[in-house]
Amino acid sequence: MTWEPVIGLEIHVQLKTRTKMFCRCANVWGEDPNTRTCPVCLAHPGVLPVPNRRAIEWTVKLGLALGCEVAPRAVFARKNYFYPDLPKGYQISQYEQPLCGPGRFVVPGPAGDHEIGIVRAHLEEDAAKTIHVGGAAGRIHGAETSLVDFNRGGTPLVEIVSEPDLRSAEQAKRFLQLLRQTVVELGISDAEMEKGSLRCDANVSVRRAGEAGYRTKTELKNMNSFTFVARGIEAEVERQIATYEAGGEVVQETLHFDPQTGSITPLRSKEEADDYRYFPEPDLVPVAPPAELVASLAAAIPELPGARIRRLEQEIGFDLAEGLVTSGRDRLYERVEGDRRAVANVIMNQLAGAGVDTERVDPAELGRLIEARERMPRTVFDEAIGRAAEPGFSAAPYLEQQAVSDAGELEPAISAVLAAHPDQVAAYRGGKDGLLGFFVGQVMKATGGKANARVVSELVRERLGA
Amino acid sequence: MAITREQVLHVARLARLRIPEGEVEAVQAQLGAILDAVSKVSELDLAGAEPTSHPLDLVNTWDEDISRPSLPREEALANAPDPAENAFRVPSAG
Amino acid sequence: MTLDTLRLTAEETAGLIERREVSPRELTGAYMRAIDERDGELHAYLHVAGEIGPGVPIAIKDCITTSGVPTTAGSRILQGYVPVFDSTVFARCRAMGLPLIGKSNMDEFAMGSSTENSAYGPSRNPWDPERVPGGSSGGSAAAVAGGLAPWALGSDTGGSIKQPAALCGLVGLRPTYGTVSRYGVIAFASSLDQVGPITRTVRDNAWLYSIIAGRDPLDSTTVDLPEQVRVPTAESLNGLRVGVPRELNEAEGIEPGVTASVQRAIALAEELGAEVGEVSLPRSVEYGLACYYLIAPAEASSNLARYDGVRYGYRAEAPADLLDLYERTRWEGFGAESRRRILLGTYALSAGYYDAFYGQAQKVRTLIGQEFAAAFERYDLLVSPTSPTVAFRIGEKAENPLAMYLSDVLTIPPNMAGLPGLNIPCGLSEGLPVGLQLIGPQFSENLLFAAGHALERAIGFDPVPERLR
Ligand SMILES: [Mg+2]
Ligand SMILES: [Zn+2]
Repeated sequence: MTWEPVIGLEIHVQLKTRTKMFCRCANVWGEDPNTRTCPVCLAHPGVLPVPNRRAIEWTVKLGLALGCEVAPRAVFARKNYFYPDLPKGYQISQYEQPLCGPGRFVVPGPAGDHEIGIVRAHLEEDAAKTIHVGGAAGRIHGAETSLVDFNRGGTPLVEIVSEPDLRSAEQAKRFLQLLRQTVVELGISDAEMEKGSLRCDANVSVRRAGEAGYRTKTELKNMNSFTFVARGIEAEVERQIATYEAGGEVVQETLHFDPQTGSITPLRSKEEADDYRYFPEPDLVPVAPPAELVASLAAAIPELPGARIRRLEQEIGFDLAEGLVTSGRDRLYERVEGDRRAVANVIMNQLAGAGVDTERVDPAELGRLIEARERMPRTVFDEAIGRAAEPGFSAAPYLEQQAVSDAGELEPAISAVLAAHPDQVAAYRGGKDGLLGFFVGQVMKATGGKANARVVSELVRERLGA
Repeated sequence: MAITREQVLHVARLARLRIPEGEVEAVQAQLGAILDAVSKVSELDLAGAEPTSHPLDLVNTWDEDISRPSLPREEALANAPDPAENAFRVPSAG
Repeated sequence: MTLDTLRLTAEETAGLIERREVSPRELTGAYMRAIDERDGELHAYLHVAGEIGPGVPIAIKDCITTSGVPTTAGSRILQGYVPVFDSTVFARCRAMGLPLIGKSNMDEFAMGSSTENSAYGPSRNPWDPERVPGGSSGGSAAAVAGGLAPWALGSDTGGSIKQPAALCGLVGLRPTYGTVSRYGVIAFASSLDQVGPITRTVRDNAWLYSIIAGRDPLDSTTVDLPEQVRVPTAESLNGLRVGVPRELNEAEGIEPGVTASVQRAIALAEELGAEVGEVSLPRSVEYGLACYYLIAPAEASSNLARYDGVRYGYRAEAPADLLDLYERTRWEGFGAESRRRILLGTYALSAGYYDAFYGQAQKVRTLIGQEFAAAFERYDLLVSPTSPTVAFRIGEKAENPLAMYLSDVLTIPPNMAGLPGLNIPCGLSEGLPVGLQLIGPQFSENLLFAAGHALERAIGFDPVPERLR
């Protein structure tokens, strides 16, 4: 019997507004500790929150992009619990009446679209930063004291909760990457997992194929890269399957995935069950987004990444389309003329591989390079690619360095390669056409990358008489 | 309306109030008496009524996203019981 | 010149300043002498600032933040706390040049009706120092009645301005919710708290209200006043429809002397031209108190969570770990009544009880609003006693929270509906002041002031305590 993973994600996106959610302290990153605070975000006695209009508008915009219904009336609520990074003793969040209600977010996959249900997207405030000192670094337990820095405290966060509609770690990662790109393109967040401006928790359970209903889920906390999200979910799915197959039961708990060791450990025990005592925030009035505002926000939403993947897929296949779009490199792709697949391949594989900032590349020059790439020695082409983002980059000097296309010059190298690989030659003749690339590669290597690959390819084919 | 000892201790834990051992019963008795009085509200059948969480029917009061100066750090830390390294120091969770 | 601080109204004081018959220094000096003389007994102040300034000096309740001046809300947990910002109401007083005489005593976090819940000891009633001045704004009321301030700001959640004004023979306004900023007002119950003036005359009250009222961008729950505040001059009540809610006037526990004074005032209103009739608010009075004692503690339990010993205020000695820090700081820092209401409110909000308690109370609140709205279709104003009793003895109710809660049984129903209420003194019973509560629809302060002023003149109450005349 096979097992089916059931995964839902809870994602927090830090909005890059100029000021915090409920006070007008600057919302900036990396300042000295406690230099961006005021009586409001330090929760001094008597202070009151005043919502940030831009944060509300951006949340509506994000909700629209996720296919959510925008609530006619949203209500801020207090989520009560004690922690030093939560100065009021409650977080202002949204509970029964979130700003964005149910929605469906379409995630294109190689074998068709997946519609991932969105439960809600709501607006809340971030916690402050606590640095644990005196014990084992980084983990709460074992530390003797903690230092609290309230600079981040009270900055705006959108919390997005998905339905448990994801069926593999890979799909979860794909969903998260597309969501990230959507957020980035809306211009509302940097959404960088490594910096914590995009955070992801996963609710994971498994069930027998065909089984109705859900089994006990666990919550995997704060995995700080796309790869860790996928690996964490995979590890947890395996752990749960192993537990069930050994006759055990999965217990509901919050877990921590250690990417170094791949191990999963309980984060805190649930003996003191959460009881957040939510109630409507009496210091704030409801938000009723005016219809004209919602309409104008909707009109300002550009073509979304999901749609662009489907559009580009026609030209270059799913994998390249997805790679380009979720990395934001399709912007360059759209501006470079030439063979679509070649352009996509060079941008996705070579430019990205060389760590070139695609935003700074001149599309015309790149187009010229790609067009001529087979007539250029490989090393020259690679060097040109590596420099494509430099200011004032021109393809001209590289184009002058033509690759060796003369059959007479290439023959000795081809002969040597074929003589050195008799087994492969036999296999090729036996029908393994795919080996052509191998021979071409060997010749390129032998010529120090200076050969014209297309000409080599033709010559090898002729020689092997196919 | 009775409130049990366990409920009193649970609520005290949620509220982060440590009731000294000898006083739990007295607190339990007082809360019980008050809860008796206030449970009167449940006599009314209000299934259809809307809740009022705010006396005025206001919506959409917000502020523009324009920053104002923060406090100088000395002022932010001026009232701190245990300032350290430009931050607020607390003991760690045990 | 000698200044009779017991008798001078704010309006008269302003006149003396304007005509340069008294200098700001002399004026403050007079109040400082009165404080030296009588505050040892009355304990109206927690902190004496003694500022000198061009306006009429003022006492500010200690739950209202004043930059650079200690602000404790009567709590040990805020001992030594010095705000780094001004509340909006105080900033508005400052902008008018009103110098701060001092911060007045109060029940801790405004939870109480006698000022006995102050961590710093009770205030006493200038009419009889054996008795309470009411609460929670008891210090403000004692200061004004005792001649230690010409006027003061208090705050009112369940009756904390109206009731002490009643017990001390003063005028106290609890404004329409949302007309006065709560920014910098240390929260008790956010959906109920309002700051208002405690004064010797209705005209002073209107004047001070005009200074503090109006929308504040720092308080999202405030609104612009629909009309300017008018300092009243009315002498008649011609055509005013005055409703007498049966349940507010016949509630159990109203002392006969209180009823007698209030009825005389109602008769006077008729003589001044008012049309008086009966009205009923059955469920508002029957369920108001229970509703209040769910909603207010629930909000308080959350509002008081910030006192955790991390950023300011009291912190327990040598905490072993974080939980120990929280639990001991909060138990040791809060007084008995605060702890009680935090526990009650936490319970009312906790999982499994929310719907039965907090949720249900909010629906009762809707009902109360509807009953008052119906009454205001027939009447312009409603009247009742403010407090069922005159000032009671210190210690009399201290051990019985439920008896103490009944002090607010007549002020709570209009408060739940966000309505404004004005207390004016209407006579004496057993030598102690009796207060009349005038209740109007939302934003009817001008009408309350006009009616209150006409009645005040007809009643002719002398606000100076008999023993100090
Ligand atoms: Mg959240
Ligand atoms: Zn701030």
